[in-house]
Amino acid sequence: MGQAGEGGLGRERIGVFVCHCGRNIAATVDVKKVVEKIMEHPAVVHAEDYDYMCSRPGQELIERAIEEKRLTGVVVAACSPSLHETTFRETVERAGLNPYKCEIANIREQCSWVHEEVDKATEKAIRVIRGVVEKVIRNEELKPVEVGLHKKALVIGGGIAGIRAALDIANAGYQVILVEKKPTIGGHMAQLAETFPTLDCAQCILTPLMSEVANHPNIKLLTLSEVIDVEGYVGNFHVKIRKNPRYVDPEKCNLCDNCTKVCPVTVPSEFDEGLSLRKAIYIPFPQAVPSSYLIDPEACLGMNPVICGKCAEPDVCTPGAINFHDQPEIIEEDVGVIIVATGYELYKPENLSEYGADKYPDIITSLQFERLLSPNGPTGGIPRRPSDEKIPKRIAFIHCAGSRDEKHVPYCSHICCTYCTKHGLLFKELVPDAEVYSFYIDLRTVGKNYEDFLRRAQEEAGIQFIRGKVSKIYEEDGVVKILAVDTLLNRRIEVEVDMAVLALPMVPADGIEELASKMRIQIDNNGFLQELHPKLHPVESATPGIFLAGAAQSPKDIQDTVAQASAAASKALEILSQDKISHTPIVATVNRDLCSGCRLCLSACPYGAIEMVDGRAEVNEIICEGCGACVSTCPSRAISLRNFTYEQLDAMIEAVAGGI
Amino acid sequence: MSEEFEPRIIAFLCRWCGYAGADMAGTSRLKYPPTIVPIRVPCTGRIEMEQVLKALKRSDGVLIAGCHTPGDCHYVRGNFQCFKRIALLKKLLRQMGINPSRIRLEWISATEGRKFARVVREFTEELKELGPLRRVE
Ligand code: FES
Repeated sequence: MGQAGEGGLGRERIGVFVCHCGRNIAATVDVKKVVEKIMEHPAVVHAEDYDYMCSRPGQELIERAIEEKRLTGVVVAACSPSLHETTFRETVERAGLNPYKCEIANIREQCSWVHEEVDKATEKAIRVIRGVVEKVIRNEELKPVEVGLHKKALVIGGGIAGIRAALDIANAGYQVILVEKKPTIGGHMAQLAETFPTLDCAQCILTPLMSEVANHPNIKLLTLSEVIDVEGYVGNFHVKIRKNPRYVDPEKCNLCDNCTKVCPVTVPSEFDEGLSLRKAIYIPFPQAVPSSYLIDPEACLGMNPVICGKCAEPDVCTPGAINFHDQPEIIEEDVGVIIVATGYELYKPENLSEYGADKYPDIITSLQFERLLSPNGPTGGIPRRPSDEKIPKRIAFIHCAGSRDEKHVPYCSHICCTYCTKHGLLFKELVPDAEVYSFYIDLRTVGKNYEDFLRRAQEEAGIQFIRGKVSKIYEEDGVVKILAVDTLLNRRIEVEVDMAVLALPMVPADGIEELASKMRIQIDNNGFLQELHPKLHPVESATPGIFLAGAAQSPKDIQDTVAQASAAASKALEILSQDKISHTPIVATVNRDLCSGCRLCLSACPYGAIEMVDGRAEVNEIICEGCGACVSTCPSRAISLRNFTYEQLDAMIEAVAGGI
Repeated sequence: MSEEFEPRIIAFLCRWCGYAGADMAGTSRLKYPPTIVPIRVPCTGRIEMEQVLKALKRSDGVLIAGCHTPGDCHYVRGNFQCFKRIALLKKLLRQMGINPSRIRLEWISATEGRKFARVVREFTEELKELGPLRRVE
């Protein structure tokens, strides 16, 4: 085979240590014969067997042999590497050998424990060890790769997920840049009336956290801002953020509200989901953070001072906070980690026109209903229907309005059954004599304590749950008509109500694909951000150093969102708390002379670890996870995986197949 | 000769699933024929067609065991990469007049010791029936 004769390999002096593991190995594998046979290998200068190699005396045996026989590599033939690889690598290191020059040959789990005939098990053990000897001969001495890092985090999205993650990191003593696209943080949670299953008020939970963000010395908050570019890698991301003009200086604005009184323009309020009007100069809601008014440039007439500019008059805005010449700003930051918490939007009602929310005033979305229930909402918390402001006496909640439906979104939106139940309960409390219907496909109120919550709705509150798919909803002469099939009784039904509320599914926020592609985060089949692994890496994206939290990853409720945000923050802190990022040296390397610049490896790499530099591929050792996908894709064999090279695998195949 | 023919199988086991599944078979003391010699690889996506062919040249059958599709591969999509390659390789083998079932790709998780043992047993039987792979040196 000539394995030890080639070039530098000839100088390799390998020691093989065969463990009896009591009788676990020795009963089925003839260890003496193994030692004898393996000594025949030209590179093996030492071989011995021992009762328990992992014991102190066993390890000392190895250390002594390394010194006395000047070994350059060690093979321990014992149990699975998952058990003692680290142990033995530490052993050889103590004797002055590079830990990567030690490998394990598994002759217990994959040999002595699964075979019965001694001669055959022994032969197999010899083959396995020979294969590993070939590998060790060709192993390079390696050191972990290290780079410095920026001890700062970027959190994208200022909803409850982003707020929680930012606070966790900031409280641990690290700087955080929190970027929010809208004029205030708080996200959708700020719009909610009360939260399930405890029915505590959303704002009461949220607004203290919002002010904590505003006052936190470690958090730099950028609202009306968007991440426009991300470069670099874990520990060393360079990001560009565009901060759009607010036209009102938050430092000067004293919330006197004089400006809205003189502003002649009214537009539908985003915060109230279009159920009320706001001015062109406005504050999204009283507890907004930053606590300041702003001008909506699309609606404002004052962008052309000839036409308006009333709000900026010195007797209106006394602190002189308004500046029509405010400009967008590009902010650049270096950060070590990024958390993406961009949240969700509701599926657009116009996509579901058979349910009429885009045509009829009294067919509304669940978020609109939240606003109607909210004490700071357009109706002061009294649920009045939009068409005539009457309090509805009959109301229907339509679960799965667009979800679990191949024509719309195929997935379950996860939280709708529970919030429809909440809506029913809250409505019944306000209008006790009302008739409440809930149309569902299946009731999925999964979560801690949610079942009791459902019981309460079914048994105590007297909400009528109808199992049925709704086919059409429309409004005629002030009556909302629902056509459905009751799938339990298997008959068509028509129900008349005064108002219908659609539980539209959560969909990923607009612009998510673009943002994801900037950061090489994968998107799943439903458009949500893809985690690296559902169980091993549930909050990590495929790009090291970038983590996911909240509804951007999948529809989820506030509890799960907060838990995930804290998990993402702790993963981020794991990186930030180090002084250097250290990484396994078992990574891919490129031979520039062989690389043809074909770029196939770029698409094979799931981590974006390969870049083209001067027309040749180059691997970023900090990002590379060492899977070898690029290696097997390269048509020029220009890439190899350290300590798992083509030559190594070749020699191993040859060795395990050779004659005994 | 064919009664005593013992096929030789070279197995490429991804370290996270196939290899761990084989360990599990051992921990559970399940028995299977000693026909198989395993080689631990980082991921099935690391395996080149040439090396599968090379292994086949030196044996009677090649087993590749990795993480379940779609989502179990620890490196996102190495298992798919391997799946595509093996499908292609099997076509090639057919054209070369070699029975493509001499190459077997299996998804075996870390808990599926039973499956691993069963696959080795089945594959050994199958190869016994096919007989030794005639090599043209
Ligand atoms: S890690 Fe097992 S197949 Fe990729």
